[in-house]
Formats: sequence, structure tokens, C-alpha cells
Amino acid sequence: MLSKRVIACLDVRDGHLAKSVKFVNTRNIGDPVAKAREYYLDGLDELVFYDITASSDRRKIILDVVESVAEQVFIPLSVGGGVASVADATDLRLAGAEKINVNSAAVRRPALIAECADAIGNQNVVLSMDIRRVEASRKIPSGYEMVIDGGRQPMAMDALAWALEGERLGAGELVVNSIDADGTREGYELKLTRMLSEAVRIPVIASGGAGEPAHLHDVLTEGQADAALVASMVHYGDYTVSGLKRYLHERGVKVRMSW
Amino acid sequence: MTASTVAIVDYDAGNLMSVRRACREVGLRATITSDPKAVRAAERIIFPGVGAAGAAMRSLSASGIGEALVAAYREGTPILGICLGLQISLDHSEENDTETLGMVPGTVRRFRLDDPALKVPHMGWNAVRVVKPHPVLADIAEGDEFYFVHAYRPVPAREGDVLAESVYEGPFCSALGRGNYVATQFHPEKSGRVGLKLLERFGAWDGHA
Repeated sequence: MLSKRVIACLDVRDGHLAKSVKFVNTRNIGDPVAKAREYYLDGLDELVFYDITASSDRRKIILDVVESVAEQVFIPLSVGGGVASVADATDLRLAGAEKINVNSAAVRRPALIAECADAIGNQNVVLSMDIRRVEASRKIPSGYEMVIDGGRQPMAMDALAWALEGERLGAGELVVNSIDADGTREGYELKLTRMLSEAVRIPVIASGGAGEPAHLHDVLTEGQADAALVASMVHYGDYTVSGLKRYLHERGVKVRMSW
Repeated sequence: MTASTVAIVDYDAGNLMSVRRACREVGLRATITSDPKAVRAAERIIFPGVGAAGAAMRSLSASGIGEALVAAYREGTPILGICLGLQISLDHSEENDTETLGMVPGTVRRFRLDDPALKVPHMGWNAVRVVKPHPVLADIAEGDEFYFVHAYRPVPAREGDVLAESVYEGPFCSALGRGNYVATQFHPEKSGRVGLKLLERFGAWDGHA
């Protein structure tokens, strides 16, 4: 049977690795290519780059990073951040990305999901969702609202409805990123992750809030996620990828243990 | 380290750069080609591919690459099929109801997935258990996992052609081989060290099981 995946997310700004807390206060914490290689050799199952570069030559910078990483990391590589067209997606694929994450641009123009799925295959289109908790309302019955533009723009749009629409349009996977939990190290948003996992038949990657190994265990069991995304936990050296996987393995979660 | 030359067959079926990078990582001189003559003349061939069987077969027929590949197979050239490349080497695929190359007797069927907990496609890391030893699979140890992305599974007609199995809705063939042809349903180029070792073994393989 399939193993649960541990995925590391590297936020890249101007070619450097950055980390945000609740989507703000990003700071430079190192070389993304070296980190990627280090995690790969330590048993990482998949890698995600999120491009948060703001400058106008951003495309070239992220393409260079992806290409360097693809030269030396032989696991699936996923890239997102500002993907707004099939051309963006295919450029990243040519640079070496396996999967492409779409986010804000897909909320603005849902057809982007179907266009990318046609061009590069459903399984390679990841719908990345930034979600915040709100009071349930007629417009947002699930009590979870879609937010775009790096957490700045609430959309008065229901996250559960958007996940189902994204799956229907051809997304092959969902990243469920809780803005409330992001950077807090207090654990993933289990209720949200489970709600979306139960609603769709495509894999769900939980994101935002991991601070200790038990959080991964909880989201992969109780939260029913197929994969857990980590960032701060491993970037600052508090935990290692292999250590996290050993923890999960010892507690009965099926993870890849030989590499 | 061998300086073996590998032709990676390009027939508009997905991104081949990752296969080439992985080949280079293990010291193989890999070129990507869509020229049937180059395929026919190659010292060894990797036949990769993602996407749908119907479109892939149309491209293979129109370009003459399919014919060149079958000819190279008959002449004894070591060939490694990957993912869709494996599926297309059988006789028939349920995907788009497609007649395929027929290098290995058998068919390709969709996962039924009656269990709603199982997701489609079968995507991620899964264990590969060798059921019939083969030089290209020689480094695969108990519990080693490889990266898969597929919705259809190969069903070789002859049990002797099944080299390895994995389990999803039930056991399925995840590697097959016949003579100088060997193929994996998983992606060795995306499977870390164990995948690279498989490619290295293929680079040194003489085509005899």
C-alpha cells in the first residue's frame, strides 16, 4: 500500500530560502539548493518550492533554483507561487518540476486548473489552498474561507466548495494550508484537513502549523491526510526528516523507511 | 563506472529531462531522440512516457518510432520501459481501448478501486517486491519503495514475465521483463537512491536475463 509522505516546503524569495510566520515577517534562512539536497539524502519523499519573490525578474530566479535542484534531487519536485498560465507551468516543468501548484490565479480564473491538467496531466496539477477559519454563514457554510495573494485577500468563498470544484476541474492533489495555524508550531488544523480529505478522492497534503512530531502523526491519522508538509521544524535544525519518519514508523504510520 | 550510451525515446509523451538527469547522475551518456534511425541504432534504449495510451500510440505510429523500437527489441538491444513505456509494450490497453506494440503478451487494465478510501491515480511511494530475480533489479531489497503515478496496471499474459509486484487494491505487476526488454511501472528517476541504482544496473546490462 501507499506510504504516507513527508514533504518539505521551501519558500524561496530572490533565490534564498525564507520562512514566514502567519504569512508575514519573512526572513532569509539559507540556500534552497543545499537544503533540498540535505533533505533528499535524509529520506524526504517530496519537495515543494514556493516562489515568494516579488521582483520583476522572478521567473528567471525560480527557474534557476528549480533547475539546480533537479540536477541533484531525484524525488518528485513540486513548484508553485505565481503560476497564472499554462506557459508558466510548462516553463517550470522544463526546468525540472514534476508537479505544478496553482493557487491565487486559479481562484481568480478557475479554468486555469483545467488548462494545466490538459497540458501536463491531472496528476501533476496541485491545487494549493490558503484557508482561514471564519464564522459559518450562508456564503461560507463550512466555516472556512478561501484567501489569496499570500494571505492578504479574503475571497468570501467557501473552501470546501472550492476544493470540490478544483477536483472537478482536474486538480490531482490538494494542499490544505491553514493560515490560522501557519508558523504557530501548535499543530495542523485537523478538523479542516479531515473535512477536505473526506470530501475529495484526490490526495490531500496538510500544511501549516507543524511544530512537533506528534502533529504529523495526528494529521496523518485523525486528520486523514495523505501527506504532511513541514517547514520550520526541519529548516532550523530542531528535527530531521529521518527522525520524523522514524517517529511515525514507530507509531504505526506507514512511511518509506529505506532510501 | 560504465560510459554506456543510452537513447531516451522522445515521442511527445511527457517530460524526459528528469530521466536524462538521473542517467547522467549514474554516469550514463544519455541523449533524447525522436529519430527512428537513432532509436534503431542505439546501444541501449530507455522508453519512458506519461500520459494517455491512445495519444502515445498515435504518435509512435505516425513518427515510425514504434516500428524502430520493436525492430531494436528483435535485434537484442537492451530496452528499459518506464510507466506508460511499460504499458505500451503489451498487446492492448483499456485506456482509450488501444492496440499497443505487443512486445510482451498481455493487457493493461484500469484499477477498479471499489474501496472509496483508495485514491486515483495510484500516486506516491509503494513497496516493490521482486518475484523473479533479474540483473536490472538486483539491488532492490525487501521493503524498498519506489515512486508511482498511474491509473492503469499491466497484466502480463505469462506469469514468467512478471519480475516484481506491488500492492494497491490487490497485488499487481510493477516490473516485467522478457529477453532484452525490462520495464517498471514506477519511476526509477524519481525514486531516490534505489531508483538510481536500477538505472545504473540497466546501463551495465547485456540484455540477457
